[in-house]
Amino acid sequence: MKQTYLILIKDLQQEFKTRYAINAILLFAIVTLSAVSFAIGTFTAGEQVLSALFWVILFFSSMSGLSHIFIREEETQTADTLKLVAKPVHIFLGKFIFNLLLLMVLEVVLVPLFIALMNFQLQSSAIFFLTLLIGNFGLAGGGTMVAAIISKASAKGALFTVLSFPILLPVLISGISATKKAAAESALSSAQSELQALFAYSVIIITASILLFDYVWNE
Amino acid sequence: MKIKAKQIVKRYGKHIVLRNINFEVANGVSLAIIGSNGSGKTTLIKILANLIAPTRGSVTYQQNGKTIPRENIYRHIGLVGPYLQLYQELTARENLYFFARMRNIPRYKERIAELMETLGLKGREDDAVKAYSSGMQQRLKYVAALLHRPEVLLVDEPRSNLDEKGIETVYALLREQKKHGILIIATNDNEDLQLADRKLKVEAL
Repeated sequence: MKQTYLILIKDLQQEFKTRYAINAILLFAIVTLSAVSFAIGTFTAGEQVLSALFWVILFFSSMSGLSHIFIREEETQTADTLKLVAKPVHIFLGKFIFNLLLLMVLEVVLVPLFIALMNFQLQSSAIFFLTLLIGNFGLAGGGTMVAAIISKASAKGALFTVLSFPILLPVLISGISATKKAAAESALSSAQSELQALFAYSVIIITASILLFDYVWNE
Repeated sequence: MKIKAKQIVKRYGKHIVLRNINFEVANGVSLAIIGSNGSGKTTLIKILANLIAPTRGSVTYQQNGKTIPRENIYRHIGLVGPYLQLYQELTARENLYFFARMRNIPRYKERIAELMETLGLKGREDDAVKAYSSGMQQRLKYVAALLHRPEVLLVDEPRSNLDEKGIETVYALLREQKKHGILIIATNDNEDLQLADRKLKVEAL
């Protein structure tokens, strides 16, 4: 675990100095949210539409920053340097935790803005925040693995979103459904199936990524 | 420590870069890989460093007669090459502390201070690597590669970007490496070749 921690700290140091990923996801989220807010205007959107809009903004904002963690290593030719000092599993976990933290920062900004600008009423904050928490693990796990896969390709940006979408679709579907229930119902048990699905998906994608990362990273 | 390379073939698509490379080196031996541009010297160095896998054949690292598992080879080697970069936004100290902690080097601060002084970089520890000249970055790469006193040192183009004083310092370090470990260099420079006990010629196919 020490190596994982050191890789995470190194990535945080780099991010604090360049602010590339954090600027990308926050600017994308704010611009998209503003555009959606203007587009909806005075129309009243229902829970279903607002839940879908929230996850679409969250998904595309995260797509603008999650891939950076591996692209940076490839573009600055430090991927081989990292291979010489760390085992693949530690590299994956360090980068996964970095992306998890990045998503949390995004949500700290996005959630209050979305609630305020879109007049999104929550009946159950517990369902909503639990959905976000578990969803983050799925998004970060799948996103980190796809980032490693596309980092060696030439059209990285477009490829990342295109490849991530089918892989992260279960998170989007369960997330939208659970968020709709958070806006409509107050009992935590009403979103049990969605939360279970999100949890199961996150466990599967993280486990599969850890097992397969060695092949992706070294080929 | 002993390195055995057996029947190494590397192919990229239809293009064969390396064909049937065989050699064996042990502690106290230095090997120069020579060959024209595009002959596969860098590819062979990367295969030896376990950065890429050969299409066929194998590289075995042995210590006291036992084969070192592939995933642990990185603990025994140091690599300096033009394609191996340091983290440009971080300072030299942040880079070296990161590598030293990753490799679990005891008393790493003293070791870093010692190598920074030897390589003529003392006093520049807190500068960002991107503020270093290309020659200074090359010296810093030697510091990073030698931190853990590797048994095997792989160097691709040892003189790259170095001035006369830098070359002298690096040659002294490479001669020292020869005494207690294995030194493998990829070069076409006649002066570099004087460091080598043996030569391995790779040819463009």
